Amino acid sequence: MTTDTPDHAAVTAPMVRFERVSKRYGELTVLDGLDLDIAPHEKVAIIGPSGSGKTTVLRMLMTLERIDEGVIWVDGEPLTHRRRGEQLVPADAAHLRRMRGHIGMVFQHFNLFPHMSALRNCMEAPVTVLGLRPDEARERAGELLAMVGLSDKLDHYPSQLSGGQQQRVAIARALAMRPKVMLFDEVTSALDPELCGEVLSVIRSLGAQHQLTMLMVTHQMGFAREFADRVCFFDAGKIAEQGPAQAFFENPQSERTRQFLRAVMEAV
Amino acid sequence: MTPIWDGDYAREILPILAEASLITVQATLMGFALALVLGLLFAAGRLYGPPGLRLAFGAVVEFIRSTPLLIQIFFLYYVMPDFGLTLDALPTGVLALGLHYGAYCAEVYRAGLDNVPKGQWEASIALNLSPWNTFRRIILPQAIPPVVPALGNYLVALFKETPLLSVIAVLELMQTAKILGSESFQYTEPITLVGLFFLAFSLVSAALIQRLERHLNRRPGRQRTP
Amino acid sequence: MAGSAPPHRPQALLLATGLLAFAAGLVVASFAGFRDFLPELLRGARVTVTVALGGAVVAVAAALTAGLLRLYGPRPLRWLATAYIETFRGTSALVQLFWLFFVLPHFGITLGPMAVGITALGLNIGAYGAEVVRGAIGAVPRGQWEAARALNLSQAQTLRRIVLPQALVAMIPPWGNFLIELLKATSLVSLITLADLSFKAQQINQNTLRTAEVFGLVLLMYLALSTLITLGMRALERRAARGLRRGRAA
Repeated sequence: MTTDTPDHAAVTAPMVRFERVSKRYGELTVLDGLDLDIAPHEKVAIIGPSGSGKTTVLRMLMTLERIDEGVIWVDGEPLTHRRRGEQLVPADAAHLRRMRGHIGMVFQHFNLFPHMSALRNCMEAPVTVLGLRPDEARERAGELLAMVGLSDKLDHYPSQLSGGQQQRVAIARALAMRPKVMLFDEVTSALDPELCGEVLSVIRSLGAQHQLTMLMVTHQMGFAREFADRVCFFDAGKIAEQGPAQAFFENPQSERTRQFLRAVMEAV
Repeated sequence: MTPIWDGDYAREILPILAEASLITVQATLMGFALALVLGLLFAAGRLYGPPGLRLAFGAVVEFIRSTPLLIQIFFLYYVMPDFGLTLDALPTGVLALGLHYGAYCAEVYRAGLDNVPKGQWEASIALNLSPWNTFRRIILPQAIPPVVPALGNYLVALFKETPLLSVIAVLELMQTAKILGSESFQYTEPITLVGLFFLAFSLVSAALIQRLERHLNRRPGRQRTP
Repeated sequence: MAGSAPPHRPQALLLATGLLAFAAGLVVASFAGFRDFLPELLRGARVTVTVALGGAVVAVAAALTAGLLRLYGPRPLRWLATAYIETFRGTSALVQLFWLFFVLPHFGITLGPMAVGITALGLNIGAYGAEVVRGAIGAVPRGQWEAARALNLSQAQTLRRIVLPQALVAMIPPWGNFLIELLKATSLVSLITLADLSFKAQQINQNTLRTAEVFGLVLLMYLALSTLITLGMRALERRAARGLRRGRAA
């Protein structure tokens, strides 16, 4: 089991740290003592077979699931726990809400609010949670929607948009909260193949223009190869192999990795 | 101020109420039996009949479902003699209940019959089964089990509306309670007892219907996703 | 009283019956003889509509309260809501009417027949409505809750601004049926001396013995009111569902 960690992680404090994190569903252990550091501004692609725990990693970071063991840290602060003097105690709802603001997530099935237009979808949380004035929120939403190429669809409802357009709105909506870490959970898996490109190009330009830390669960190997800094291959609840993207795909070290990549490439 | 609950009085009237409950149960069972038959007739007519019949039955069913049972009871009781058909109060009440709930059951049957895949009819035609036999032996056995809970709910609803028969002087449970109350000026005990009786019946039937549904859906090949 | 919500009534048939009812009502009412008791019946109809409207308000309030309490309330209130729902669904509207009318005075509370009618019928329908409220909220996809949490909305904010608006639209068809049940149930208030349409019908019948005409006309009037309710709810649903459609775009 190889664990190549990229160079810059050793120099700067990690933006996200999973420290011996475990998650179980009854008898089933989904994640087993996971140690993972993500550096600031790093773009990490997480790949692996289904059931390997990769989506769970994202969901726990987004506080959609509770962890059973270990601690998750975000930007030096504990996420799943809070400090009480020298100790760490499990986080309460208030602490989770405080920390959650640093993370944003885009879902496989978009999960846009169907009773709101694209613009209102992007305005809702900034107004309700951050307390922005409606005109401020509208301006921010307009800018973000323009950035994802949907400035002519501001007043459209999700049912009037294609899958690719909906997913782009979802990205703008998550960005409106100015998170430090963006999570992408198989964001192209529910799209028709020809609509994937527009979403991937938005993500690409996000990575280039904004200093975001990005964590992506994806099946798009080609995209992972050219876009990600590092690739983590998950298998059976553990990181089976990880490394710099190019090196990982060109020269996978373990047999299991090679097996997986072969199967995935053949499926294309 | 008189005590809230007079246990002795309650015990005293219990046998009287029990006897009246027989009338209630009679009306319920006969009314529901009629509703089951009429409902199937309405549904079959609407699904398989000629366009004229379909419209007529449809209008009748909508009409019955959109107007109060109370008025329908009055209508039947007072108007039928004009047309030469004079029935006693209880049979008239049963007829009214049967028609009213037959209309509701018709919709339930329609949903059940609609849910049987067209392929079943086509296969039967290919096997040269007659339409009547197809309906009786292939379609109906598939249509009924899923809708039994809905039918069961209407049985309970019908039971709870039997007190309306009191307006044409059927001495069922609620009417008896009112009479007892007006005689003794103690309404609390009779009406509460009747209420509890209805409540108990409802809760028990609901549980029984649930068990029936589970039993009916436990056929081989009918897997419920866990 | 219908337990489960019956399927949607077909549009054309509905319009046909509604128009038929209205036209027949007019024709029948314009017969010279009916001029005698039509005003009386209309007075009764006004009472019927009042009870129905009042009952509707009570029903919606009760259903929303009980439904939300059952989903999100603290344990004692949740139990209370369940008790309310089971009691009012398990006993008939008539029993409830009689109980409030005959028994409540013994506890010191005497409500007039109108108040009894509105309260009893409203609470009765509200109990059925509460289950629909629960179901509609439960039917909102989990992804909506998760997306809202990812955006750091609180539970209350999510419920109020994201989930409930979607649930309310899904509730409109069953509520249409409930309101029609409520309208029909108002006929029961004639049995607690309230002079509604049914009461007037019985009264006029006893005075004139023109049974078929009176009751026939009254049935048509109820049908017309039912049709109005259905058309109204259809319009409401169309307006509320603007933009919010079932299913996703490809």
